[in-house]
Amino acid sequence: MNGPFAAALLDPARERPAGLTGPGGAPAGRRFDVYRNNVAVSLTEALERGFPVLARLLGPEFFKAMAGVFLRAHPPRSPVMMGYGAEMPAFLETFAPVAHLPYLPDVARLELALRRAYHAADAAPLDGAALAALPPDRLLALRFRFAPAVQLLRSDWPVHGIWRANTEPGAPPPPKSAQDVVILRPDYDPAPHPLPPGGGAALAALIAGRTLAAAAEAAPGCDLPALIALLLAGGALTDAEEAR
Amino acid sequence: MFDLPARSRLPAGPGVGYKPQHFSNIIDRADPVEWLEIHAENYMGDGGRPIAQLRALAARFPLSVHGVGLSIGGEAALDREHLARLKHLVGWLDPAAFSEHLAWSTHDGAFLNDLLPLPYTRATLDRVCDHVDQVQEVLGRPMLLENPATYLGFAETEMDEIAFLAAIAGRTGCGLLLDVNNVFVACTNRREDPVAYVDRFPLHLVGEIHLGGHDDDRDDAGLPLLIDSHGREVADPVWALYARAIARGGPKPTLIEWDNDVPDWPVLAAEAGRAATILGGVPA
Repeated sequence: MNGPFAAALLDPARERPAGLTGPGGAPAGRRFDVYRNNVAVSLTEALERGFPVLARLLGPEFFKAMAGVFLRAHPPRSPVMMGYGAEMPAFLETFAPVAHLPYLPDVARLELALRRAYHAADAAPLDGAALAALPPDRLLALRFRFAPAVQLLRSDWPVHGIWRANTEPGAPPPPKSAQDVVILRPDYDPAPHPLPPGGGAALAALIAGRTLAAAAEAAPGCDLPALIALLLAGGALTDAEEAR
Repeated sequence: MFDLPARSRLPAGPGVGYKPQHFSNIIDRADPVEWLEIHAENYMGDGGRPIAQLRALAARFPLSVHGVGLSIGGEAALDREHLARLKHLVGWLDPAAFSEHLAWSTHDGAFLNDLLPLPYTRATLDRVCDHVDQVQEVLGRPMLLENPATYLGFAETEMDEIAFLAAIAGRTGCGLLLDVNNVFVACTNRREDPVAYVDRFPLHLVGEIHLGGHDDDRDDAGLPLLIDSHGREVADPVWALYARAIARGGPKPTLIEWDNDVPDWPVLAAEAGRAATILGGVPA
């Protein structure tokens, strides 16, 4: 019984299942549509809450229609709805009506990363003063552990500028150039930060467990002291150890 | 078998469904609200503000954990990963009660995010009992099972809802959660008498009561079709049914559920106050 019921819930074109009744055994008719409506509305609202910038960029009507297509192709695979919509970036890459907006998948990736950061495990941050006391050669030999909330997004688009222009009243228009973004959660509120040139490559190396020296090599021209200062201020580093 | 206190250690006073926007309203002073209920699935992240708030609330209030995703009434086997998440949450929080619904929400791996109805037959009874047994075994504690708000029935149904619920409680030792708004919604939608339903309900098995708002609609034939929306005040006939249940069964932990268009705290507190008045009018 669950199979035909579930299939008809997700497909409005499908006949209502047989054997459903209203008062006195009469056919249930549009009573079934209450469930159809509950499923579509609740999942659409979950996507609106999860992707507010995407919804703003596309407009409420378009977003609702797109959510209807998405939720039928990708219903949640878990009752833990905080993770719902992980397929959105890949969906947007092949959804023809938005082919002219090629930055949308990265906007969706940024919004998913913000949600992951919000629910990530807490971690005690590293005290930056201990690092400042180290001589440069020992500093360069350090590798770091990162707080679970830290999320790196490397993008071909000015994704931070797009996000900011749609969340912050009076924000400047997005720049023309690509932006790598790191999400930091110093307390409980995750915030995205644009990385300086080379910062994406350097941070990717550090997150992969490579030393500061290796990060400098991976990203020549990156202002590493500025990057480390940003990470420390955002509570991103939880431990450091010297490579031997 | 579990006795009723083991099924619910909630105080027999008013509680509300916790909403994060009310945190600062209630953390110091929440009266007349004595306890809070959370939806289990909203607290299955690894950390951050939701978990920090929950820890703070747990130090201050008795808590009830209410699951909305186990799909106990479904044909499929229970999701073991989800059961493990629930065990983790209930393990560290040690809430005063855990409850779930006589409904299903997952089929073929897809979670449909709604509480869907099931026919009441011998086969579905066996399956629900197996699922309740499994939940209680994994959690190591008894649970409460909630009567559903339904919009339709099934031609194959062969038992009435109260007999079905009582049989589950009898076989598994679980308690029941009586949602009085669901009674009003489902009975109206079936063209049955909600007063007769409440009068027949085995109140000695009830460890918690839910009250919430509903919306009015009509079906194809123009008959009343009530929708369990949790988006407004509890309706007057639902308060009357509730008072009738409390007069017969004595005071019970009573929750105001308001999940959509959530009001400011004073409005929600006033609803809890109305429950407190009814609870205070009968001897314990």
